[in-house]
Amino acid sequence: MGCIEELKYEVLLSRATFKECREYIKDHYREQYTVKPGYKIFDSYIIGVPPILIGVDNSHVVFPYTKPCHGTFLLRIEGPEEIARLRAGKK
Amino acid sequence: MEKEGIPGPKKALLLLGCPEVPVQMGIALYLCHRLRKDGWDVTVAGNPSVLHLIRVSDPARHYVDRITGLDRCMEKLIEGNAKPDLCLVFAHNDAGLSYAATVGSVTPSRVVAIIFGRNAEELAKTIEFPCETIVEKAVHNPLALRQKIDKVFGWAASKS
Repeated sequence: MGCIEELKYEVLLSRATFKECREYIKDHYREQYTVKPGYKIFDSYIIGVPPILIGVDNSHVVFPYTKPCHGTFLLRIEGPEEIARLRAGKK
Repeated sequence: MEKEGIPGPKKALLLLGCPEVPVQMGIALYLCHRLRKDGWDVTVAGNPSVLHLIRVSDPARHYVDRITGLDRCMEKLIEGNAKPDLCLVFAHNDAGLSYAATVGSVTPSRVVAIIFGRNAEELAKTIEFPCETIVEKAVHNPLALRQKIDKVFGWAASKS
């Protein structure tokens, strides 16, 4: 499994609940995709409570990232390939 | 090794959260003991601290059959390479519930969320996905939580 922490990321929400992350994406991004828990993004699996929303902000994806000791973070990472995959509806 | 046509023991997976709440490790070892006694093959998954705690607490592996890293475990569950019959997910925070939701979503297993810690009741109320739960506001003293677990798994009448 890949390590998202090695990528260049921006933290939009820190130690948030999954619901807070979902609401943030709903409120801030017009382009949104719903994925299932276990969806693979940046070679990592999303751990989360469905419905899991991923937002698209120009060339960046915005998605929740859960760490067992620290809770859930809402991250913004550049990822045109991930956006293309989301738009194509691929798992 | 399973013989062809003869099913092996049922598999149980204990998925532990960050070991910051003391009752977690005691309850986990207790569950391992009881499940093994009932013939289950038990795997415990957790972060590196959890795995070190198990290595130190159970050096001769009297209680835990095998241990695995949390990321590796989730990867195997999501990819369908691990198919436990029973998953017990420990949750004392929102992250723990995220793991329970994910396990419930990617496996057909019976999933039980063991919700504990100071805010156990409030945390349980936030669950928005189908999930069997055992909830107890346990932090240091595991007895009340153990009682609830015993009741759920039919161990209540036993003295061991």
